[in-house]
Amino acid sequence: MIDEKSIADSQSNPVIEIKNLNKSFGELKVLQDCNLNLNKEENLVVLGKSGSGKSVLIKLIIGLLQANAGSINVLGEDVTKMKQDELGEIRKKMGFLFQSGALYDSMSVRQNLEFPLRRTGKKMSEKEMDDKILEVLENVGLADILDKMPSELSGGMRKRLALARTIVVDPLIMLYDEPTTGLDPTTSDGISSLILKIQEKYKTSSIIITHDIACARKVANRLVMLQDGKVYKEGMLEDFENSNDEIIQSFFNSI
Amino acid sequence: MAVKNFVRTRLVKLGDKTWSGFLGIKNAFSSVGDVSLFIISTIRETFSRHFEFREFAYQCYKIGYKSLLLITITGAIMGLVLTIQSRPIMIDFGAVSLLPGMVSVSLIREMGPVITALICAGKIGSGIGAELGSMRVTEQIDAMEVSSTNPMRFLVVTRVLAATLMIPLLVLYADIFGIVGSWAGANIKGDVSFSLFFSQAFSVIAFIDFIPAVIKTFFFGFVIGMVGCYKGYRAGRGTESVGIAANSAVVVASLLVFVVDMIAVQITDMIG
Repeated sequence: MIDEKSIADSQSNPVIEIKNLNKSFGELKVLQDCNLNLNKEENLVVLGKSGSGKSVLIKLIIGLLQANAGSINVLGEDVTKMKQDELGEIRKKMGFLFQSGALYDSMSVRQNLEFPLRRTGKKMSEKEMDDKILEVLENVGLADILDKMPSELSGGMRKRLALARTIVVDPLIMLYDEPTTGLDPTTSDGISSLILKIQEKYKTSSIIITHDIACARKVANRLVMLQDGKVYKEGMLEDFENSNDEIIQSFFNSI
Repeated sequence: MAVKNFVRTRLVKLGDKTWSGFLGIKNAFSSVGDVSLFIISTIRETFSRHFEFREFAYQCYKIGYKSLLLITITGAIMGLVLTIQSRPIMIDFGAVSLLPGMVSVSLIREMGPVITALICAGKIGSGIGAELGSMRVTEQIDAMEVSSTNPMRFLVVTRVLAATLMIPLLVLYADIFGIVGSWAGANIKGDVSFSLFFSQAFSVIAFIDFIPAVIKTFFFGFVIGMVGCYKGYRAGRGTESVGIAANSAVVVASLLVFVVDMIAVQITDMIG
């Protein structure tokens, strides 16, 4: 865990800075004047009920959705104003773990990991590529599955493989969309440990979207709660657990 | 008062119908715009620096090689049936010696390209539509995008190009097996040697029969690949949308094959 002093130091230089972000789908306002910072080497957990705009928030950060208003500065560059090729460049510094894993089901485990690796723009020999693939697979606890297809893997293994595919390109920023959803408590705990391990090993700054309180307790350096498309509360885990706010209490007690 | 209410109700209904009509026109224009942008984007990405050659080669193998058995069977049956159906009439007219020429001209000019394209619209168009639709639903296309890969370049350009290049080859292949099937059909009740049948079949084919028929098959391939990719790429988020994408890919591609054929025939007729 990062202590409060180091968090305070890194706050002067956030890796992601979101200002007055708005996103609507037709008449439905999903995010309204959302302001948020992600500090260097921090795990920021974003909590909120289903439909509170959590997943939309990280899809806006990585440019999969277009904001209606506001700015999203990632490593000092505004994603909302970027063209497609510029987005491609900034995405090389980010990793995104999809809720479903989004593994390429027509490719083997090796091909799933080779796919992003071949497109980083870095020159790598086949040997270096193989070494890198084996390294990340070992880091997520998956050895000897190189030639298997994703359909042959369990839910937890698929999530680990998706995580391996994300970290294989050494991202500076990780965005996790509900990393433990649909997994049993033991596997969820394993994935939470992996998130911590990745932060320590690769020095990543991460936004973790979840409504799994156990995961939040384990990985969070700081928490943000979204409610009706706005930041409802921001603080440390203790601030949330000791809060007398009815909405926060009901959220923490109901899960 | 009653008349006033009646007029008001009618006016409101008229207004509603006019408004929904406008919305329909707006949606139609926006669909045309979206399709146009998709085609422009595909063409632009085709000439980009980072061509996905490995995926293109794999798609050529999938579209071309994997369709060979189906095209062999349909091509042979096409020639066989055409011969069996035409032979009695040709005998009545005392023109049975013209049978190989008639079959080869109809196969090469029209039946081979159109029927092969329709078979390909069913097999390849639906396959591409379902594959890309399923990738959209399971967020695999989004995953490609976030890993700095242009999905248009990787998924669409490779498939459209492979379909554009492979379908003409499949049509030529179907034509050959159509003539072989025709020879088999002619031998069910008659006796004609393979070399004589082939020489008679090709003696009547002129350059003008062959070239326009080949050129239009490139357009058939482009249309089948493009429609399959568009329908799959723009599929909705539910699993139902995969079925819809596959189904509409076949229907629209088949329809467009006929439209392209009609235009090609008109142009050939004007030139010829």
